[in-house]
Amino acid sequence: MTNTSTRNKVLWAIVTVLVLVYALFPVISILATSFKSPSDLTSGKFLPSSGTATTSNYEQILVGDAQGLFLSALRNSIGITLIATFIAVVLATLCAYAIARLDFPGKKLVLTTALAVSIFPVISIVTPLFNLWRTIGLYDTWLGLIIPYLSLTLPISIWTLTAFFRQIPWELEQAAQVDGATTWQAFRKAIVPLAAPGVFTTAIIAFFIAWNDFVYGISLTSTEAARPVPAALAFFTGASQFEAPTGAISAAAIIVTIPIVLLVLLFQRQIVSGLTSGAVKG
Amino acid sequence: MTSAIPAKTTTASSTDPGPRLDTGTSTTNGKTRKAPKQYSDRVRAERRLGWILAGPAFVIMLLVTLYPILQAIFESLFQFRLTAPGEREFIGLGNYAVILSDPVWWSGLWTTVLITIITVAVELVLGFALALVMHKALKSVRGLLRTAILVPYGIITVVSAFAWFYAFDINSGYINNWFGWLPGIDENLNWFAQGPTALFVIMASEIWKTTPFISLLLLAGLAQVPDELSEAAKVDGATWWEQMRKVIIPNMKAAIMVAVLFRALDAFRIFDNVFIMTNGAYGTEVLSLLAYRQSISRLEIGLGSAVSVLLFLCVLLICFVAIKLFKVDLAGSQGGK
Repeated sequence: MTNTSTRNKVLWAIVTVLVLVYALFPVISILATSFKSPSDLTSGKFLPSSGTATTSNYEQILVGDAQGLFLSALRNSIGITLIATFIAVVLATLCAYAIARLDFPGKKLVLTTALAVSIFPVISIVTPLFNLWRTIGLYDTWLGLIIPYLSLTLPISIWTLTAFFRQIPWELEQAAQVDGATTWQAFRKAIVPLAAPGVFTTAIIAFFIAWNDFVYGISLTSTEAARPVPAALAFFTGASQFEAPTGAISAAAIIVTIPIVLLVLLFQRQIVSGLTSGAVKG
Repeated sequence: MTSAIPAKTTTASSTDPGPRLDTGTSTTNGKTRKAPKQYSDRVRAERRLGWILAGPAFVIMLLVTLYPILQAIFESLFQFRLTAPGEREFIGLGNYAVILSDPVWWSGLWTTVLITIITVAVELVLGFALALVMHKALKSVRGLLRTAILVPYGIITVVSAFAWFYAFDINSGYINNWFGWLPGIDENLNWFAQGPTALFVIMASEIWKTTPFISLLLLAGLAQVPDELSEAAKVDGATWWEQMRKVIIPNMKAAIMVAVLFRALDAFRIFDNVFIMTNGAYGTEVLSLLAYRQSISRLEIGLGSAVSVLLFLCVLLICFVAIKLFKVDLAGSQGGK
């Protein structure tokens, strides 16, 4: 008995290490690159050569000559993503509440539309939007990205929240009212605590999706006024014409990965339950 | 689940001729008059509230997708360059004829299909293995495993593309150094200077980044297979492989189908990895990139719109085939409860 359980533990240790290597290796790889000095970039080694590790790449994008480019992109990314996430979650909460709770014709139509929008090829929307935005002045503005981001964040928010709300025992609300609570009290004390985790989880998932956008970012912006980080990375150029921007891009990539890693570390359980419950329901 | 909702549904449908768009109450008036007045008022109020709450999200979704695609269909019928707006000319299906007779379209389509098939197949196997690991994992490592798996899910695709690109790149990479002992790999191998090797790295990045998503969908499917079934099979002396093949997989067929369809549609739209690593050079151009280059880079709005519409039709075709031939029930699997 002890024998099999020890073997079991060793087996699980191996599996865990394998999964960790799979999941983290590319991140560690670009992390190592971000600390390489320009002359060390071509060493052909995974880690920076001993004694040459440097933070100069981070200095370049945070306080150095690439500062304007990166910090404005970071500000754009954070602002646009948070606003798009917020709008999507508010609208999706109302919509999912109606679907889970009320009986009205066209419920299925709303859900099917959300599904259809989520499989829509982004690039098919970009050409007409590019043209339209240039005409009405939304090209290269925050709003010009927030609106198309809703096409990414709204559908998944509606599906995830509908799945969450369907699991809430809404009778609690009536029970609280029977016990003498007002409608508002019943909603706030009985329903909000049950619904809040779902709304929060949905917000994280929507944030990931908007944060990841690249196609809209490169197509609908042209300057630092609205260009988000993923798009800015693609157009990064080196300090001089002859110097590849490898180090600076790696450092910037690590900085925009930090919020993702933090959210994942803190809310791993919620994200998994959000993704699995919104996805497949027998 | 809750008793309130099904009860409401049945009472409502007894007064309602059937599900339909909310076209106002005038059409149902004749039939609902028989029901007590107070009741139909309540039903009507609930319907109105339902659309007030769901309406804004619904309208925005339509505005940001339906309107642009209709606009794209319209634009695709014109010869139209943004640099020469005065020379806009109606040419019917001319743009489509140009595209479909151009080998660039067909090689792009082929590359896209190839990437879709290979990545989805690899991801299905890898994702299933990861789902099994997460499903069976000991309590002590479960959180750690999930956290690790969510990192590629959450990471920006462009970051993933750069990470893989720099690892393989002939100047800044170390892969040639590490794997020099393998036949065909030496320090002079430039991965991004020919199609097959470039596609290999592009697909590796795509697979790494999106396998967690498919594995989470499969995990949800695994959780739905009753434990008693595999227990019973085990008691009957079935091997691990037999349990998989005869009990687990057949019972989560729906989840597998949905996961594959979602991923296939997503893979078909691949853009970021290709843009960063090769920008479509050496036969790695995919359809999304082709559309992007026509409209955004070359400002050929007419041609670009036509490529966009064709891409959209391809996605529709994949959906149609999946739903009709393979009976994937997307909406049912989610909204069925």
